Amino acid sequence: MTMLSIKNLHASVEDKEILKGIDLEVKAGEVHAIMGPNGAGKSTLSSIIAGNENYEVTEGEIILDGEDISELAPEERAHKGIFLSFQYPVEIPGVSVTNFIKTAINEGRKAKGLEEMPANEMLKKIREKSELLEMDKKFLSRSLNEGFSGGEKKRNEIFQMAMLEPKVAILDETDSGLDIDALRIVANGVNKLKSPENAVVVITHYQRLLDYIVPDFVHVLMDGKIVKSGTKELALELEEKGYDWIKNELV
Amino acid sequence: MSKYTEEHLKEELASKEYEYGFYTDIESDTFPAGLNEEIVRAISKKKNEPEWMTEWRLKAFRVWSEMTEPEWANVHYEKPDFQSVSYYSAPKKKDKYQSLDEVDPELLETFKKLGISIDEQKQLAGVAVDIVMDSVSVATTFKKTLAEKGIIFCSISEAIQNHPELVKKYLGTVVPKTDNFYAALNSAVFSDGSFCYIPKGVRCPMELSTYFRINQGGTGQFERTLVIADEGSYVSYLEGCTAPMRDENQLHAAVVELIALEDAEIKYSTVQNWYPGNKEGKGGVYNFVTKRGLCEKNAKISWTQVETGSAVTWKYPSCILKGDNSVGEFYSIAVTNNFQQADTGTKMIHLGKNTKSTIISKGISAGKSQNSYRGLVQISSRAENARNFSQCDSLLMGNECGAHTFPYIESKNSTAQIEHEATTSKIGEDQVFYCNQRGIPTEKAIALIVNGFSREVLNKLPMEFAVEAQKLLEISLEGSVG
Repeated sequence: MTMLSIKNLHASVEDKEILKGIDLEVKAGEVHAIMGPNGAGKSTLSSIIAGNENYEVTEGEIILDGEDISELAPEERAHKGIFLSFQYPVEIPGVSVTNFIKTAINEGRKAKGLEEMPANEMLKKIREKSELLEMDKKFLSRSLNEGFSGGEKKRNEIFQMAMLEPKVAILDETDSGLDIDALRIVANGVNKLKSPENAVVVITHYQRLLDYIVPDFVHVLMDGKIVKSGTKELALELEEKGYDWIKNELV
Repeated sequence: MSKYTEEHLKEELASKEYEYGFYTDIESDTFPAGLNEEIVRAISKKKNEPEWMTEWRLKAFRVWSEMTEPEWANVHYEKPDFQSVSYYSAPKKKDKYQSLDEVDPELLETFKKLGISIDEQKQLAGVAVDIVMDSVSVATTFKKTLAEKGIIFCSISEAIQNHPELVKKYLGTVVPKTDNFYAALNSAVFSDGSFCYIPKGVRCPMELSTYFRINQGGTGQFERTLVIADEGSYVSYLEGCTAPMRDENQLHAAVVELIALEDAEIKYSTVQNWYPGNKEGKGGVYNFVTKRGLCEKNAKISWTQVETGSAVTWKYPSCILKGDNSVGEFYSIAVTNNFQQADTGTKMIHLGKNTKSTIISKGISAGKSQNSYRGLVQISSRAENARNFSQCDSLLMGNECGAHTFPYIESKNSTAQIEHEATTSKIGEDQVFYCNQRGIPTEKAIALIVNGFSREVLNKLPMEFAVEAQKLLEISLEGSVG
């Protein structure tokens, strides 16, 4: 079943076209990797799927689970199951990790007409998911992302993903700023959260992360277009030959 | 869907109507407008005050007549015409009620709208409420429990009648009648307020609470509060207020005096929500308040305030750290929106040895408002080893508001340690988007960010007050997302 379908997506920022017609089909249970050189439009794509209004969608559709979400507010997309693990998660001083995720979960429930999650259930879930990501208890009471190391920030992103249980998780450069141990923990978390009911889109510059989160499909994004798609072997090939190889092939 | 910009944010913020904007029609007994010695005498007579009190008021009036309004604050407003204000207004029923059944049902309805129905308050274990409606105290609860401990908690009028020796001894000792323009005015015409005395060594078993409201059109409100914590005693006092919406500007000039004798501790918490005026900047309360506490040896005074209302605020809860080892604290959240102006802060006067003070001020400005922190830390020559820590943080929303910090430090003792930290930040679109992406709508996201910013101060409030304060912050800064 198709989970996320992107059709002929064009987008620009301040009249500069960044995405020039993206097509992507992601089925439930699949992991897709989007790779590409700097400035290819990888982060723009993830921001647009999440509904960041700094970009203008000029053409095309984003369909989640059969429903066009391209006109929805970012929070509505989140409620419907889109999750973005940010490349640079923001700090919110004075708001604890626990309080933040509690608010996020309850706002999602409110949108679905459900009561707030009972405190004991919330607590149990927080405990379970934080263990999955090998998080220290003290970490949960700290202000969101304030003074966090790169690894802690990314681990916290995946913790939130675990708590929110999205249909489609987009991991934007989740490997950047991570040492090898943190990378292993984060990847391990993502792998445990994978199921036949959800899908993961990994956006990365390097193939390193793909040793841990093994993709079913790899797409190469260059100059606002997907120029090549393949299986995980494509990532290895890119690692070996660099992006120029594809550029040359295209010419 | 349209792009969410700061323009939208500003619109939302501007469209928040005053939640408690209603007006109760209760027959009042109101004096004609204007102020002269006769009016002062009449107020005193109306309240059946002894001669010494009348004289005290008259002295204050004479001083006030010679004074001019201060202009140093960073606020701009049309000065009130003090001769067009009525200086006394009391609900007509004069007799004290024996039970709630006797209270004017309309008044009870008003309290219900404010969410402070006396019924609920009565049941709320640990909270005694002395409600000041306009100028006269109409209901006092929990008196018996307090009386058993020797605690006196009543209106200041009653205290003048029943405990003249305490009032005579302490009234005007921390804020002299000549202190400033508004304090002098208050001393001359104060209508009512609260009085509290905690005997030696007694720990007050409940939070004492007063709700103030302005109700009668065109009446000024001049509250007078006097809290005395005798040696080794402790009291936590809560003051909260909401005012109904009025078109003309209303003047509020309160005086609060706290006296903490040796080893005593007073915690004074305020949630202030006077009508701030509409989004064009019309109407709203002028709040010119003098609050000051005196600490004797080893005593401690904590001021915590959440200021969300008033068109113009001029307020500096201060501590005179007279005794050795005494401690003064000031925790403040001041929110301004639309055309509100606030100039608020504290004075920490270190006189004794080893005195300590802490100042945490959080200013939040939105709309076209101006929010100023003004604070003085003064170390006298004999205040050996005095210490102060000040932290002033400002949060801005939009591009049309202002945040200002005016810290004054005067140290005459080289052993003093004074630290001052200040930050200014802005709610970023990226913070809001991050919250949105997690399913948190913009309104809620702003509330979350603001609450986080204010956390250190909210944590200082007693539990039941913290919840109310948090709600108020949301009310003050949010509107329906359009």
